[in-house]
Amino acid sequence: MAEQKVKLLGFWVSPFAYRVIWALKLKGIDYEYIEEDIFNKSPLLLQLNPIHKKVPVLIHGDRVISESYVIVQYIDETWPHCPLLPQDPYERAMARFWADFAETKLLNTAWLGLCARGAEREKAAKLAMEAVEKIEEVVKGKKLFGGESIGYLDICLGWISYWLPVWEEVGSMQIIDPIKFPATSSWMNTLLHHPVIGDNLPGRDAMIEYFQKRSKDIYESDWFKDIIRLHLHP
Amino acid sequence: MASGSVADQEGQVMLLGFWFSPFVKRVEWALKFKGIEYDYVEEDLTNKSTLLLTSNPIHKKVPVLIHNGNPIAESLVIIEYIDETWQQNPILPQDPYERAMARFWANFIEQKVREPAREALFSKGEQQEKKVKELKEGMEVVEGEAKAKLNDKTLFFGGGNGVGYVDIVLGWTCNWMETIEEVGGFKVLDPESQPQFHKWMANFREVPFIKPTLEPKEKLVEFFRMVRQDRLGLVANK
Repeated sequence: MAEQKVKLLGFWVSPFAYRVIWALKLKGIDYEYIEEDIFNKSPLLLQLNPIHKKVPVLIHGDRVISESYVIVQYIDETWPHCPLLPQDPYERAMARFWADFAETKLLNTAWLGLCARGAEREKAAKLAMEAVEKIEEVVKGKKLFGGESIGYLDICLGWISYWLPVWEEVGSMQIIDPIKFPATSSWMNTLLHHPVIGDNLPGRDAMIEYFQKRSKDIYESDWFKDIIRLHLHP
Repeated sequence: MASGSVADQEGQVMLLGFWFSPFVKRVEWALKFKGIEYDYVEEDLTNKSTLLLTSNPIHKKVPVLIHNGNPIAESLVIIEYIDETWQQNPILPQDPYERAMARFWANFIEQKVREPAREALFSKGEQQEKKVKELKEGMEVVEGEAKAKLNDKTLFFGGGNGVGYVDIVLGWTCNWMETIEEVGGFKVLDPESQPQFHKWMANFREVPFIKPTLEPKEKLVEFFRMVRQDRLGLVANK
């Protein structure tokens, strides 16, 4: 099964697609990358992921898998060399717990901060910072979450090292203060200097332009007001 | 009886929970399915124990599983831990692709059924209408999957006659969905448009280790009515 052809449907600036790219590259798995325009979804995407209509989608032979952390675990279990998740069940549970924490408490709030304005942006950024405080304690004393090599949690949180600084710049907000969060900052640096991560990132200027437009479009949309109300004024 | 220190629980399995929590119930089902002995500690929502606060300082929520002195939180993380630590009666499938599908559906149930259900319970008016609509759409997808996977020989998503990960993750709908409907004042369950799902619910409720754990609906309704009134600042109706 492992020798079957691998394809990845992604979007050039999606941090979720990059989790899968990093996992594939770390394990030296050959794959064909297919760029998807998420604003003009192809029949292929709609056919492969009819439920969520989102990237990334991994195609392995005749198998189709979506949801980035489901895909990364599938990759880890199908190609067991260079393991991403730790071997010990408790350590695995901790990796999964913190991946979930970072997704719900940091990624979501940082994204809200990017797209909101004024007091709501400040509130979102503050919540994001509180999440980083917790992450700082977990990464303290470690080179990487995976120890000496990149692991599952480094991959799931890797967006913090590159996407978050872009969102901070576009949103004029500071979430990662290197003085307050030295361990997290050091980890971000280690990650960016790792060849698999550092050599596989979208262009920064293009990202800035993209997220500036995204922030404006989302802020002005009707549905965003509901999101703000739900997440910042529960 | 458990002491306050997490380190004292060497070799023991302890579960901190609330009787009314569907997340706690999931973990209990996983433990019972594998025949694992555990000590259950009923927490007080309004007066959380030191053990809970030190075991889950990040979220301060139940369920928390404490095994060999190590605390684990988040129901889906706990269930995978249980499955990886105790090898008998596997909950997740063995094949990586089947596992990926099970995880995908668990995530879908959380995002598109469980979350909107909770938000519908704790909202009113136009906000509630939106959430009920989302919930109905989620249930349509679940019915579609049930139609595709289940039949007279395959009663459960776990395959054949045995429950699996997806059944355990979806199982809260058997009791809590009717409760949420009654307390929230809306209807989502419909045997006519969800025949396969209703068959699954009926079968799930009869599973021998599941049946005795299901809380009486009246008890859940009374409790969640109180919580909803409290959350929405409503005056009691009776």
